[in-house]
Order: sequence, then C-alpha cells, then structure tokens
Amino acid sequence: MNQLQNFSKGLLRENPILVLVLGTCPTLAVTTSAINGFSMGLAVTFVLAMSNMFISLLKNFISDDIRIPAFIVIIATFVTIVDLSLQAYIPSLYESLGLFIPLIVVNCIVLGRAEAFASKNDVFSSIIDGLGMGIGYAIALTVLGMLREFLGTLSIFNYKIFSGDGALMFIMAPGAFICLGFLMAIANMLVKKLK
Amino acid sequence: MKYIIIIISSIFVNNVVLSQFLGICPFIGVSKKVNTAVGMSAAVLFVMVLATMVTWLIQHYVLDAFGLQFLQTLTFILVIASLVQIVEIVLKKIAPPLYQALGIFLPLITTNCAVLGIAILTIQKEYNLLEGIVYSASIAVGFAFALILFAGIREQMETANVPEGMKGTPIALVTAGLLAMAFMGFSGLV
Repeated sequence: MNQLQNFSKGLLRENPILVLVLGTCPTLAVTTSAINGFSMGLAVTFVLAMSNMFISLLKNFISDDIRIPAFIVIIATFVTIVDLSLQAYIPSLYESLGLFIPLIVVNCIVLGRAEAFASKNDVFSSIIDGLGMGIGYAIALTVLGMLREFLGTLSIFNYKIFSGDGALMFIMAPGAFICLGFLMAIANMLVKKLK
Repeated sequence: MKYIIIIISSIFVNNVVLSQFLGICPFIGVSKKVNTAVGMSAAVLFVMVLATMVTWLIQHYVLDAFGLQFLQTLTFILVIASLVQIVEIVLKKIAPPLYQALGIFLPLITTNCAVLGIAILTIQKEYNLLEGIVYSASIAVGFAFALILFAGIREQMETANVPEGMKGTPIALVTAGLLAMAFMGFSGLV
C-alpha cells in the first residue's frame, strides 16, 4: 500500500475516535481542556508507534497462541515508560491526566492496531500506521478539548477569546458526552461526503 | 459509617461510567438490549471484585514487598487477563448455566478499562482489603445501574425518528450526556 495513504487513513477516513469509536474512555475524561487533550494524544501516539514497531519486529518470534498476552506486555512496557517519564519531568500534566496514563494499556486502539496491522505488515509501514492513527487520535482529542474548553470557559489553550464565563457544564461530564456525540455526527457526514 | 459513604459515593455520586468515564466501551457497546446489559453487569461485578482482591494482594505482598511498584501496570493487566481466562475455564467446568449466561461477556471484560482502573484506584486510595472489596463491588453496582438504565432508554429510542447523521453512536452519546446530567443531581449527597 502507498505509504501516504497508509498514513492519512487514520486522520479522518478511519479516525480511531470519530469513525472506529475506539478508546472513548480517555477521550471523554481528559478533554477538559485543549492542552490536556493534545498531550494525551501525543502520549498515545508514542505508545502506538513504538509498540507497532516492536510488534512488527517480533512478529515472527511470537507464536500465534500467546500473541495477545505478548502484545499486552510490549504495550504495557511503553505505557510504563510514558507514565514514569511524565511523572518525572512534567508532574503537573501527570496530575491532570492521572489514572488515564496507565489506562492506555487497555485502550482498544493500541491493541487493535497491533492485531490488525503490525502483526501482518513490515516494520516501516507499521510505524507509519501507528503514527497516522496516533495523530488522528491526537487531532480528535485536541478538537474535542478545544470545543469543550471554549464552550466551558470561553478560552482556547488557556487563551481567553471572549470575556465572561462559559457554560461550566461542558467542562463536566455531561458536556463531554454531548460534544463527542455532535463531533462524531459531523465526522460521519464528512466521511459520507468524501465517498 | 465509612463503608456506607464508600457505597453511596461510588454508586451515585462518582458513578464509574457517568462521572469517572471508565468502561465507556461496554456502556455504548452492549446497551442495546436490557437482557444483555444485565448479563454484562453481572460479569463485571464478578470479575471486578475478584480482580481488585487479587491485585490488592499482589500489590501488598509482592510489589511493595520487593520494591517493584514500577511494574504495577504490567502486572495488573496480565493478572486481570489471566484471571478472566481462569474464571471462564472454571465456570465452564463447575457452573455451566452461569457460564451460559456470562460466557460471551467474559472475554470482553479484559479490555474493560473500569476493571484495571478500579484496581489501580483502590491502591491509590490506600484502602485496606475489605474496603477495597466493598469499593469495587459498589462501583460494579453503579456500573450496572447506569448500564441497565441506559439500555432501557435505548430500547425506547429504537422507534424514535433520529436525523441521518446522528444515528447510532452519536445519539447514544448525547443520551448518555443527558443521563450524566441527571446523575449530577446526586453530587453533594456525600
């Protein structure tokens, strides 16, 4: 497959959040602000690209029967790396993302890409696939974060756009569900148009 | 008193799905029918309590004892995955009717982030073993409560006339948002 196509499919056509609906838990939980969504997206991109690379490298050595536990161990290793590095270098971010960093392990996207792509393709395309999917995830998270931050506090990336207070509800739980619902509907329509 | 606070706050105030955002995948995925929602809830209750118990013991008697806390994520997910597998095998052998009822939901639970999340939260909140068990059981009851309510609403929604682009997951998410808003009424209860 064309590498460019391979990269760009994750951005909209097979966007992990908006179209495939994988990994919704962290999506809803961390997008209280644009910057949180963006950082979570980066963390997932790192884990996706690295675990895709290693799984693709090791695919001939892992027997089929134990491949799922083996994949989980590889993914958990990179998640632990992200977890400990964030804790050491960016403690404020670690604080706000909290529980959802270790929970990248059970994020369906990572295991899904390992199983559906990295275990069947060569190393280079697997890295590209991981990066594309990860960036698609990060874009969706950032957009959702921006939307919620704007509606909730009238600012984006902590930069005040309008003065006054927003509707606080959008920062809290109900707003997360409702915003994602509408964002998904828009993405559905875009995808349909592209076809 | 402490136990009552744990129970009330984890079922209503900090509902696992609607305010902590754990276990959204099964919440959206298996909530189309009330029957399947009940089956899933029972399986989650069973696995969550068992997993919290086992991971608590491992954390305190293996990881803490040997200073291996950095292996927490890795150990917990492997323990949960193998636990689910064991439960499946044991149930198949000794309680076939229960296996029939829970069977198809068990493999799905491995990737239910609520199970791993609650195991980690129990450690973070420094609960003792009994508190951990009460906590995980009430979280699972809260999950069941939200899931079954939501399934009931979705069954009714089948007949509603939904705009083209909103069909399926988007409208389900908006509904979940309204349900979450209703649950916010419980805040301040504890």
